[in-house]
Amino acid sequence: MFGKLSWDAIPYNQPIPMAASLGVILAITAIVTLVLWKGWTRYLWEEWITSVDHKRLGVMYALLAFVMLIRGFVDALMMRSQLAIAAGGAQGYLPPEHYNQIFSAHGTIMIFFVAMPFVIGLLNFAVPLQLGIRDVAFPVLNSVSFWLTASGVLLVNLSLVLGSFARTGWLVYPPLSELAYSPDVGVDYYLWALQISGVGTLLTGINFTTTILKLRAPGMGYGRMPIFCWTALASNLLIVAAFPILTATLAMLLLDRYLGFHFFTTDAGGHAMMYINLIWAWGHPEVYILILPAFGVYSEVIATFSGKPLFGYRSMVAATMGICVLSFMVWLHHFFTMGSGADVNAFFGVMTMIIAVPTGVKVFNWLFTLYGGRVRFSTPLLWTLGFMCTFVIGGMTGVLLSIPPADFVLHNSLFLVAHFHNVIIGGVLFGAFAGYIYWFPKAFGFTLDERLGKAAFWCWLVGFYLAFMPLYALGLMGATRRMQHYHETGWQPLMLVAMAGALVILAGIVLIGLQLYVSIRSRTSRLDRTGDPWNGRTLEWSIPSPPPPWNFSVEPRVQGADAYWGMKQAGKEAAAQEPEWQDIHLPRSTPVGVVLAFFATFFGFAMIWHIWWLAIAGLAGLTVTALVHAWRVDSEITVPALQIGEYERRRRRT
Amino acid sequence: MSLADDLTRPVEDDEDTTPYSERGPAPIDVVAGFGFWLFLLSDIVMFSALFAAYAVLADHTAGGPDGLKLFNRGYVLIETMCLLFSSFTCGMCSLAIERRSAGAFHLWALVTILLGGAFLALEVAEFSRMIAEDAGPTRSAFLSAFFTLVGTHGLHVTLGLLWFVSMMAQVATLGFQPVVIRRLRCLTLFWHALDIVWIGVFTIVYLGARW
Repeated sequence: MFGKLSWDAIPYNQPIPMAASLGVILAITAIVTLVLWKGWTRYLWEEWITSVDHKRLGVMYALLAFVMLIRGFVDALMMRSQLAIAAGGAQGYLPPEHYNQIFSAHGTIMIFFVAMPFVIGLLNFAVPLQLGIRDVAFPVLNSVSFWLTASGVLLVNLSLVLGSFARTGWLVYPPLSELAYSPDVGVDYYLWALQISGVGTLLTGINFTTTILKLRAPGMGYGRMPIFCWTALASNLLIVAAFPILTATLAMLLLDRYLGFHFFTTDAGGHAMMYINLIWAWGHPEVYILILPAFGVYSEVIATFSGKPLFGYRSMVAATMGICVLSFMVWLHHFFTMGSGADVNAFFGVMTMIIAVPTGVKVFNWLFTLYGGRVRFSTPLLWTLGFMCTFVIGGMTGVLLSIPPADFVLHNSLFLVAHFHNVIIGGVLFGAFAGYIYWFPKAFGFTLDERLGKAAFWCWLVGFYLAFMPLYALGLMGATRRMQHYHETGWQPLMLVAMAGALVILAGIVLIGLQLYVSIRSRTSRLDRTGDPWNGRTLEWSIPSPPPPWNFSVEPRVQGADAYWGMKQAGKEAAAQEPEWQDIHLPRSTPVGVVLAFFATFFGFAMIWHIWWLAIAGLAGLTVTALVHAWRVDSEITVPALQIGEYERRRRRT
Repeated sequence: MSLADDLTRPVEDDEDTTPYSERGPAPIDVVAGFGFWLFLLSDIVMFSALFAAYAVLADHTAGGPDGLKLFNRGYVLIETMCLLFSSFTCGMCSLAIERRSAGAFHLWALVTILLGGAFLALEVAEFSRMIAEDAGPTRSAFLSAFFTLVGTHGLHVTLGLLWFVSMMAQVATLGFQPVVIRRLRCLTLFWHALDIVWIGVFTIVYLGARW
């Protein structure tokens, strides 16, 4: 009846997952109770859950990312504390069985359910506003994407309470991830969570590529597009080109595990190395899917807070698109040691070094934008400066690893771990925080507390260096990654420093939460009445904060790059006569996204536990929902011109 | 207007000189079509991964039968013809849609569904014959890759058939509304894309089998 699922699936004998699940269940119960008690259900359902508004979806993506950041960070703290004590003969407090799950979950969660939703959330919120349009190309699809991502998140977190997670590392390399060596549900949780959320990401890629290429305000040619939109375009092109490879690869592993196929098995001609090639053909573009939008955020922030147009706009665009293409030509550097031969390794080593060139172009462009500018050291700029210093170090260790002979020494070591945390924390996460603080006033109508924001930044920066610089040294001393204990007591002091760094980062996370809390409490004193708190340059700052559901009451006409800066200089805003208001059509809210994700979650869960009738029911639910939606005719609401005029007149009075 | 007329037509002076990229948001027909083209591209990327896997594993037969022994090219040619003709009838559907002729659309859609169904039936028969001969997907890596690649295409055809049925129902109930027309255009694109993928399958899998 319930496939492999039984009461034994709950890990009663393991106190840590039990306590964690209990905490999560209590938190969810508390939130649900609060919502019911305050009577917020209707508001949440109508304004958020069924919303297809890109701004709302952006906020929900960011919220999801923050929650999962805490989950992933708890995993990190556990690993650091384990390694701080498990020296010499000591085994620490985490058995290998559990430790392997933790590092696998940490990587999976941080990449797929923190970095991806955070970046996609920023794209959702800012891209349509910067392009001067009312919504993305396919708003309903956008809601479907979000809820499928949430479905993946739910499945990953379920593995805490029911069964276990993969013990195979975050990319589940076969043959270890094959049924013969991982017979339990851990790898299946990974595969189904990623397949479901991967469909969501692919749809996002299609949606945003179409939006950026086909829907821009009149006058916004490609040469006038804000640089964040360019990086968003590059990132989404990469999603369209790379995510289908992930889907195909994971499907092959699923077939191996469920139907006894032999793609990657050790017998019957299976070829495990093919998996590693395929997964990195997706995996390397993936890191650029994450980092390019972060580069876009830094570019916007630097231009705004230097009060100057971005230096070298065209070279920045060329560098972005260059990276977009090159990112598909370097995947083999993830496994130089797999034995492809000297010539192949040399080619991919050289390609990897070449990709540092456009990245270098960007760093110089940012420096020259700052040079001679009226620089305001607000929190978003601090994150950007912190990024520039940190990312250059991470980039250089990356170029070091791109030399195949060096890689033979350093691969699989903590040096590598330090390198990719260096670029992902120092690059993607810092960018996400910069973007969060930069666009927060636009989303909610008030700014975030600067003092706490700066404190959080310094904690993250110092904590990062304390936590990861020792790992570089440990890697050179021979410490390997995914190591549950070690005999070399000489490593312990550095492990303790890294542990201290993780605690400083913890303080940074707490401060970010505190900043949000304090800012909400004191919001009346920090309202953004102008809609332009930073003296911005792009169109999102030309409308009120928070923007009305239709974004732009009048379609903006773009005259050049930095469209809003030009408008401000020409003084058009003040001089503008009240225009003839027009009716505006907006997409109607629909529960189709959340309903599809509901059935997808059941389908995924049923497949993980081999509950076939439930899987069929889930599929049937998906089909029926899609069909019912297909017969929906009335998909738009009209905001009458009168209401828009009223809104604008009220806004101008205040 | 013939092609020659079109080529010799003078460029009109009074046309909008604004560059295309600066003309503002594109109409919804263009946006929907473009999005669907991107989806098709992504689908083709997924197929390329499966093709790559097949190419790598084609001679990993693990002592089992190889393609030469298993494939019957005459049979596959009939299968192929069913699919190619269904593309022709799908084109006739497009013409009927542009004329807004519901009767002609239903007729040609029905023929397309029959041809697609015939293709699928032949494929299923081939699969079950192979499985009966102990040449199922679990026999070797080569056969795993074969069944996955060809089966994924078959799954796409199945979904296309279901889509055809639902679009016939939509035309019958909603008529040729703009949204229905957009979906029909996407469906015909999808059907032709499946043909293109099949050309790849026929060439690489069936003609490519070692003699």
